[in-house]
Amino acid sequence: MDLENQKRVKELAEAHGPENILVILGAAEGEAAGIAAETVTAGDPTYAGPLTGVQLGLSVYHVCEDAIKSELDPTVYDEQIGMMEMVLDVDDIVKEMTAIREQFSKY
Amino acid sequence: MNSVLKAASYVLVHAPDMVLHNGTTQTTEKVVNPGSDYLKTLPQHLRGFDQVVAYPPNQTYIGNLSPKQLGELEQPFFDKPVENATRQGKFGEILPQDEFLLLFQACDMFDLVHLDKDFVAATKPALEQHPLMDAFILGRIREGTAMEQVERFVKEEGAEGLYYNGRLVGYIKRAHDVDANLSAHVMMENLASKASAVLALKHLVKVSGIEASQIDYVIECSEEACGDMNQRGGGNFAKSIAEMAGLPNATGCDVRGFCAAPSHALVTAASLVKSGTFKNVAVVAGGSTAKLGMNGKDHVRKGMQVLEDVLGGFAALISENDGQNPEIDLDIIGRHTVGTGASPQAVITSLVLTPLEKVGMKIQDIDKYAAEMQNPDITKPAGAGDVPQANFKMIGALAVKSGELPREGLNDFILNHGMVGWAPTQGHIPSGAPYLGHARQEILDGDITKAMIVGKGSLFLGRLTNQFDGISFVLKKNEGKKEPSGGASKEEVRGLIAQALRDFAASLS
Repeated sequence: MDLENQKRVKELAEAHGPENILVILGAAEGEAAGIAAETVTAGDPTYAGPLTGVQLGLSVYHVCEDAIKSELDPTVYDEQIGMMEMVLDVDDIVKEMTAIREQFSKY
Repeated sequence: MNSVLKAASYVLVHAPDMVLHNGTTQTTEKVVNPGSDYLKTLPQHLRGFDQVVAYPPNQTYIGNLSPKQLGELEQPFFDKPVENATRQGKFGEILPQDEFLLLFQACDMFDLVHLDKDFVAATKPALEQHPLMDAFILGRIREGTAMEQVERFVKEEGAEGLYYNGRLVGYIKRAHDVDANLSAHVMMENLASKASAVLALKHLVKVSGIEASQIDYVIECSEEACGDMNQRGGGNFAKSIAEMAGLPNATGCDVRGFCAAPSHALVTAASLVKSGTFKNVAVVAGGSTAKLGMNGKDHVRKGMQVLEDVLGGFAALISENDGQNPEIDLDIIGRHTVGTGASPQAVITSLVLTPLEKVGMKIQDIDKYAAEMQNPDITKPAGAGDVPQANFKMIGALAVKSGELPREGLNDFILNHGMVGWAPTQGHIPSGAPYLGHARQEILDGDITKAMIVGKGSLFLGRLTNQFDGISFVLKKNEGKKEPSGGASKEEVRGLIAQALRDFAASLS
């Protein structure tokens, strides 16, 4: 995850409390989604950014997961994300995200 | 009349030592984690020049392999060297690092670059054999300096070292004592960009067959910024490159837009020629030292060689319609506007579907699309997937959503209208531009008639806006020279002027 984004996530978690933060990802494939999810839960796995060694344990989802999709206006979802959903390997993304959440999410 | 793409040239510069000393992944690691295993093992993961030359994506970049031939190879490509590969290509060449360092020094106009005299003596004969290195460039290469001075400047004067095969062979010193914009680091990036662009422009003159003196405008479209502390992106790379490439009648300017800059520059060039302002406009960009080894950690972790070991450069010549070369159709310009939005769907709609619909065309009417042409060998191990493939999937999905393609036709669409990527991950280099040379050839050969070049840029990196950006255009088979319809002929204009003068004279009497 981009170092600047790591910094922003860290600052937001400190300001509002990690239990009040939900991170929504838009990564294009499972591995990238998994790395980003790991970064905001268990810490930066690449040891490069401000979240290195910081276990925020945030609640984290990909925008194509049902938990998020069901919260959105279906028309808006179709307009903005429908095409990408057709393109992405959603099953793989869900698998990665679920694994990371089960292991590292605290909220 | 539309302008034409008269030629395109492509160069790569093998720069393994710059991966270690100038790539930002490595320079950041040296600050954050100086004793890391990554830094220790990285040198063992660098490729030799022959491997870089034989690498199939690189051979595709310089024009010796077609995109189709590359697509027929099984991925990954790094273990499938091309037999009898040469550094010279139909579109350009792959330059070794030692020769580049001499060109780099020749491109320095302010006495900042100094090379070890033994290194110069050992390397100059090779550059003297280079068909594009003329007396102007060769005459600028200095004899070199003593090694003690090189070591002193690197140790004590804040100079950046220049290395070859792990050995210090020169330095670039800062151009100002306190101005960060003229630091040795910034001068290194800018001069490397300039020198690789000069090489691309020299090749463009060669492959197009144009007289260098006929190029009257140059647009440079890299991602670097040159200027001092009072005008940090003042420019003008374009003119400095034109000077070194021997274009006496050219002026020019720089166009910026992150990875979308080449497409913005090409549309600008096509407009300048179509309007009659200039006759021959060269669009050019050199490479980026910062991006060398950008995904090196992933490559090393996966036991691979570091594949981001080349600087990329390209140039394209946009000229008046010659009735032969492919036209740049300015009636079909995709644009990502401020109001478009940043979702991939909105972006692709604005760049592909909207401009085609405007002229009554469908997505499938374009034979080939070229968007972000990054080499998947580089991006897949780094978790970024196959970027060109993702783009073609999105374009195909849009065709499905707009009802012109059945869903089961998506895979065939990707095969028929897309290509495998071959460009080094040098930011502005992969964005559409790598296909120009092949597209021109395929159109001339009658293999395709229309190609869409899509440039996309991530503006958030500059921290001024969260806007995305992009611009696209269509390259199409030349329809032959036509007199503009509805206009008056030269004779008619002469008659009208004569009549107006007679009327005016009559009104005076």
